[in-house]
Amino acid sequence: MGLRTEELILNMGPQHPSTHGVLRLIVTLDGENITEVQPDIGYLHSSVEKMLEYRTFAQGIALTDRGMDYLTALANEEVYILAVERLAGIEVPERARYIRTILLELQRISSHLLWLGTFGIDLGAFTAFLWCMRERERVMDLFEAVTGGRLHHVYFRIGGVYEDLPEGWTDRVLEFCDYFLKRLPEYDELLTGNPIFKVRTQGVGVLPREVAVAMGASGPVGRASGVAYDVRKADPYEVYDRVEFDIPVYTEGDCYARYLVRLEEMRQSVRIIRQCIAQLPEGSIRARVPLSLRPPKGEVYVHTESPRGDLGIYMVSDGTERPYRVKIRAPSFSNLYALTEMMRGWKVADVIAILGSVDIVLSDVDR
Amino acid sequence: MSDSIHAPAGHIRVAPVDRAVEILDALPGGGIVLTTVEALLNWARSASIWPLTFGLACCAIEMMQAYATRFDLDRIGVIPRATPRQADCILVAGRCTIKMAPIVRRLWEQMPEPKYVISMGSCATCGGPFYYDNYSILKGIDTVIPVDVYVPGCPPRPEALIEGILKLQEKIRKEPFLRRNMVGASRGT
Repeated sequence: MGLRTEELILNMGPQHPSTHGVLRLIVTLDGENITEVQPDIGYLHSSVEKMLEYRTFAQGIALTDRGMDYLTALANEEVYILAVERLAGIEVPERARYIRTILLELQRISSHLLWLGTFGIDLGAFTAFLWCMRERERVMDLFEAVTGGRLHHVYFRIGGVYEDLPEGWTDRVLEFCDYFLKRLPEYDELLTGNPIFKVRTQGVGVLPREVAVAMGASGPVGRASGVAYDVRKADPYEVYDRVEFDIPVYTEGDCYARYLVRLEEMRQSVRIIRQCIAQLPEGSIRARVPLSLRPPKGEVYVHTESPRGDLGIYMVSDGTERPYRVKIRAPSFSNLYALTEMMRGWKVADVIAILGSVDIVLSDVDR
Repeated sequence: MSDSIHAPAGHIRVAPVDRAVEILDALPGGGIVLTTVEALLNWARSASIWPLTFGLACCAIEMMQAYATRFDLDRIGVIPRATPRQADCILVAGRCTIKMAPIVRRLWEQMPEPKYVISMGSCATCGGPFYYDNYSILKGIDTVIPVDVYVPGCPPRPEALIEGILKLQEKIRKEPFLRRNMVGASRGT
């Protein structure tokens, strides 16, 4: 005798403690099993692409900080500025390129730390949050010393950076690197070997390689599924072709693999920072760029590796001082749609673990 | 004077006030505090603001930093609650879209009285950098819900948020909480 069952539609969000922003998930349940997940986005649509059309190229920098992925403000600035520089054919001084790379990698560490902390909360490990925030505050201090801002920096300029590094800053960064590498094994003790953490993440939310490629999943999500693609290696920008680093790739495609990828990426970021500081040349930090920059007519597509994945900008210039059209290719957007594939067939309790492991920022999804 | 004049046998003996003063004065730091019930309630309420765990955008990250290790909002009695029914304050952290506005309004309506709103950051206060040439962002959360404290900044530092919470505490302490219907200070719904 079969039990009469019926489909249940569960609404998660947009206000939910674990949705990492304002994401609404419409989860169709068969008993406890998920049959379908429908993300409803747009709760943080800031119309930044349209707004950029009304800003001059220099003004747009401040907007990319806030309107795109707010956790990785410098990565947004970087991709925007690269696009403008390629459009206008501006050569950036060496020192500025190194400074940018150091800051981008620091940003990657801070972004992954925040992810790790919130992922810990999602799985019930509150200590991880407090520990990660402790480290993150130190990165924030480093940012503050250089850019003046903690979260939104507006530090990169077309043709360079705003100001030179303050005196003794590189020593502080190296000190942080030593400190941070000592802290990372603590996370291993806290989470990597933790049986509860492993049971909740290992084998959960598997994203096969083919699906990851088909869905356009990139960044740590793609690399955890065996897609060995990193823009820093595949299409190097700034000075990534002059430093040695490895790309962690796992083939399991589960939440645990995504966690391991991000942990290893933080170690690699420290490696990159150390090499950059060792190679940091003296000299100018900013090329001479006219105040009202008018790049020639044309279009350009630039992509970079933001902490969330392949972040691209397609920019069209019509010869005026404002871009004609800007299209942002957001990594979180593609990763969000890979989420629907990951969640199918899992229990409702795994929704949080899977959602947390993908590390989406809704500001990046909605723009 | 005798202690037993007004105390019939079998009843609890009530010490006269001057006797109580004597006892309390002997204690280190002891003494009698005379206050109104309202001031006592306000003092208690102001030291236990429980905001809703609710983040919209960038400011939510700074809010998380404020909750976390270095700044630790717990020490001024701020403990995040996951549901509006347990919360008495809503920290609107970040830009609010027109699509999100009815939800913020509903969350606010679900909170029990007395309730407070802190608008954190420029976007929640007035639209911030998304004021011009923008079709999707609400120009200030105060068009949807009444705001008690505005915290400026883009995003405000955790220190600024703490200052905002202290200002809210000040406001709560001065509030005619028990007399609010009499003085017509009833808020909202």
